[in-house]
Amino acid sequence: MKKRIIAAVLAGCMCITLLYGCGNSKKADNGKDSLTLFNYGEYIDPDVLDQFTEETGIEIKYEEALTPEEMYTKYKSGAIKYDLMCTSDYMIQKLIDEGELQKIDINSMEYKDNIDQKYWKLSNDIDPGNQYSVPYFWGTVGILYNTKKVKEPIDSWEVLFNHEYSGEIIMQNSIRDLYMVALKYLGYSLNTEDEDELRAAQNLLLEQKADVQAYLVDEARDEVVAENAVMAVIYSGEAYLGEEYNEDLAYVIPKEGSNLWVDSWCVTKYCKNPENAETFLNFLCRDDIAQKNFDYIYYSTPNNAVIDSLPEEDKNNEALVPSEDATDNCEVSKKLPDDTTKLMNYLWKELKAE
Amino acid sequence: MENKRKLNKRTWFSMPYILWIIGFTVIPLLVIFQDAFVTPEGGFTAQNVLAIFEPVHLKSMLLSLEIALACTLICMLLAYPLVLALRRLKLGRQGFLLFVLILPMWMNFILRLLAWQMILSKNGILNMLLGFIGISPLPIANTWISILIGVVYDYLPFMILPIYNAIAEIDEDIIEAAKDLGAGGFTIFKKIILPLSVPGLLSGIVMVFVPSMTSFVVSDVLGGGKIQLIGNVIEQEFTKNVDWNLGSGLSVSLMIFVLISMAFTMKNDPEGKESAIW
Repeated sequence: MKKRIIAAVLAGCMCITLLYGCGNSKKADNGKDSLTLFNYGEYIDPDVLDQFTEETGIEIKYEEALTPEEMYTKYKSGAIKYDLMCTSDYMIQKLIDEGELQKIDINSMEYKDNIDQKYWKLSNDIDPGNQYSVPYFWGTVGILYNTKKVKEPIDSWEVLFNHEYSGEIIMQNSIRDLYMVALKYLGYSLNTEDEDELRAAQNLLLEQKADVQAYLVDEARDEVVAENAVMAVIYSGEAYLGEEYNEDLAYVIPKEGSNLWVDSWCVTKYCKNPENAETFLNFLCRDDIAQKNFDYIYYSTPNNAVIDSLPEEDKNNEALVPSEDATDNCEVSKKLPDDTTKLMNYLWKELKAE
Repeated sequence: MENKRKLNKRTWFSMPYILWIIGFTVIPLLVIFQDAFVTPEGGFTAQNVLAIFEPVHLKSMLLSLEIALACTLICMLLAYPLVLALRRLKLGRQGFLLFVLILPMWMNFILRLLAWQMILSKNGILNMLLGFIGISPLPIANTWISILIGVVYDYLPFMILPIYNAIAEIDEDIIEAAKDLGAGGFTIFKKIILPLSVPGLLSGIVMVFVPSMTSFVVSDVLGGGKIQLIGNVIEQEFTKNVDWNLGSGLSVSLMIFVLISMAFTMKNDPEGKESAIW
């Protein structure tokens, strides 16, 4: 008797799961006037979404994730059929290579020229021919430091490795951003596939670990602002906010070069209404909307209309509008072959276990 | 006939529980087991489960084990004196003190950890207070010590409550009798209280050891990303490295390990009876 009940329950569960699965896919089919967006946290002004629905009647469903890897995992699981996704350079390249994205008719977008040619060219590195993605925000990775606690202004990654600021350093807690620092300092490309170069970076980071106060992502800025640490490797957008909170702080893109990152919107293969998606992308490039998002996020924008309206002091802020000189040695992160990714994952675990 | 109907009724009462267990324990476990034993291409492999013996993983596993053991031991040492003191109090006061102990658990777990982060950080409250009395700051932040403090703080109530339950049940007459026969305080503790509290102690150990062994949030928040426990490795395999097979494999080996250590604890139970908390 007991067994039969359990069997019945199991069967029931399976039916429910199956029905639920079917129901879901049907819903996605008839989503004629809605778009499902996938974005990083706090990476769009919520008013912009409301305004879009008001102007076009297209309903927005909105989902968030923290890291590109998390986005990829959620996207690939297929539980939710996203129409549009905003993610980072190398992840976009990976999605293009795997055939997950649809081409966008960028030339028909009214406001595409708001995005400066420079950024279309930048984005060309990961999306040859600019067919799949529209740049949204961009920036650099550099060092945010407390000018009152260092002997001289910082211009090199060297300060992180010369043991002078032992216990005062915060490094990024994500694989590519961490190894990038060591690779660039050693004069290698951050997209290297060479095992010896990666091992050399690993040795440097292993040696550095004792000097590192913590490996953080979001809290890195707050720790420097609160003066718990003297310097942190940090994204330019975060650095700009840090400078706002504590006027002793300064941001520098080290002379050896760094990572130049671009976050772009792209349309997935699941999108049934590419016209709606393009309407949305065009909307994001429109002067007033780009301005709204910029005011909300405060990262470097590729939108000329917004840059032109910036006050003079912001135009000269390296964290907000990096100069050509500073970004000369910078590189965009590209997708790495699986073997290299595996090796880096392993090196990361080895570093953390030390 | 009568009996059978009763049984049926009882089975129906357990339905919600069975559904819950199937939906949220059995099915996810099956999925994890399936993922653990296949390659991304779908073939069978034991590699993922055996990966625990790779030096990087083994190192994290041993560190987790050390922290879990230290945490369990410290919780035991803190719990017994407290419970013995509680026993002497009047019932009303006992209730109040227990309430105070449980009170922090009403707050979110992550929030409490963030509070500890504030207390232990370099310019934090602890070092500020030490500064007032002229002691140089302690570099506790982002070390295994701060993780240990975090787990002890979080899991201490789970050690206190079962031990309290067991000790509160001990008949006062037994202790009176021992006193009449000339037993001192220590003898009473050793010969009466300790043996009779073993069932509570065992469930306390399980409830402290297992979660502190598998936790990853505490080391994330209080370890500053410098300390990697086995829980962190598994979490990263799922969220960062997109290798669900390895993540599942490591989870399975961790489960096996926990089961083995639990079997060991249960075997040492002299009475053969378990406190019914877990």
